[in-house]
Amino acid sequence: MEQPNFKPTAELMLRETASQTAGPYVHIGLALDVAGLPERDEEIWNRMAGEDAEGERIEVVGRVIDGNGDLVRDALLEAWQADSRGNYQAGFDLKAPFNSFGRTATTAAGDSEWVLHTIKPGSITAEDGRVMAPHITLSLFARGVNIQLQTRLYFEDEAAANDQCPVLNAIESPPRRQTLIARKESGEAGIPRYRLDIVLQGDGETVFFDY
Amino acid sequence: MTTPRRFVERDRNWHPPAYAPGYKTSIPRSPNQALVSLQNPSISELSGPDFRKLRMGPHDNDLLMNFRDEASPGLPVGERIILFGRVVDQFGKPVPHTLVEMWQANAGGRYRHGKDRYLAPLDPNFGGVGRCLTDDDGWYRFRTIKPGPYPWPNGINTWRPAHIHVSVMGPAISTRLITQMYFEGDPLIPICPIVQTLKDSEAVQTMIGRLDMARSRPMDALAWRFDLVVRGALQTYFENQ
Ligand SMILES: [Fe+3]
Repeated sequence: MEQPNFKPTAELMLRETASQTAGPYVHIGLALDVAGLPERDEEIWNRMAGEDAEGERIEVVGRVIDGNGDLVRDALLEAWQADSRGNYQAGFDLKAPFNSFGRTATTAAGDSEWVLHTIKPGSITAEDGRVMAPHITLSLFARGVNIQLQTRLYFEDEAAANDQCPVLNAIESPPRRQTLIARKESGEAGIPRYRLDIVLQGDGETVFFDY
Repeated sequence: MTTPRRFVERDRNWHPPAYAPGYKTSIPRSPNQALVSLQNPSISELSGPDFRKLRMGPHDNDLLMNFRDEASPGLPVGERIILFGRVVDQFGKPVPHTLVEMWQANAGGRYRHGKDRYLAPLDPNFGGVGRCLTDDDGWYRFRTIKPGPYPWPNGINTWRPAHIHVSVMGPAISTRLITQMYFEGDPLIPICPIVQTLKDSEAVQTMIGRLDMARSRPMDALAWRFDLVVRGALQTYFENQ
């Protein structure tokens, strides 16, 4: 008997437009400040939470490292996360105290860290009733990356929730789950900082998802 | 917030693989491990941002105008074009109010980016970036100039065909897509190592913009149509609960 199958076929439906690398100059289009272009009135950027945002303000930082151990200095990352109560705020509005969506980038100069200024997301109850630990979904675009790499960032100090998270547990290899856990550091001005390097290939390779 | 849906599975043989050695930079930037498939995507994957409240400037989708200031009050050099198209999903359903962003080189093939050292000069009247939301029926539109081809260090003599980088969000982060539009008939398309990352020549066709004389403006600008197809939305998320 034929199994239910959502695989697209040319007969049934249109094919998706094919992906191409965002290339070396992705910052021109999606991270104008980093590219040195004048910013427009409103830009989608890395300050996802303002002073008035409900929840614990945090900073999330990291690097992107390639298979040779070199820094990837031309990456763009997109973040999507719930608010402190575990709800997504889909309506992007720079006047709102919190936005679920943000962008950040690694840079040509300096230590090339990406940064998000946000709040700690809440846990999310999935449709099957299981509870996902607090997490930030990240998509990575860069030269040499033909279609975006999708991963998640979890928090070291949510160990009990992480142990129960159905998505972390879907990763067969327990050591590989650790590649998604950001480590807590003391940040500036009392704002906790979480650090996660994204490793594209080889030792410590980050888990990337298909969904 | 809009109802999350499931989406048609992304066919990863249709898209370029992560490891495509003809495009050298993909060699150290491609994961060795298999992707972990989320069998039951959650709201974290099935929802996404809605940019209707993002305040756009009047020339955000007009690259002929949006880099103008007192110091450079002129128009950019190059073939004036209209780039337009419709964003639909795989079932042909228009995707309204979604964010379409684009960036490109100038007519000489040079980007306004510190790392681009190509001989072709910068154009003082051209920035090379645009954005807009699709309308109620999924249409988007930009006014710009046709970018030039440019050389890049992959092989000894490798050139990119003229292209515009195009980014679309779609209804959720699951539909997020960045691609490049090429211009129909460009002889550089079939010999480009980045185009060749695709295994399927039919898939390459999805990235080709077509000349549309009917939408061009006489004595002003040629029009190129580029429709974008994002993943199709299946049944509503809670239908089986
Ligand atoms: Fe390019």
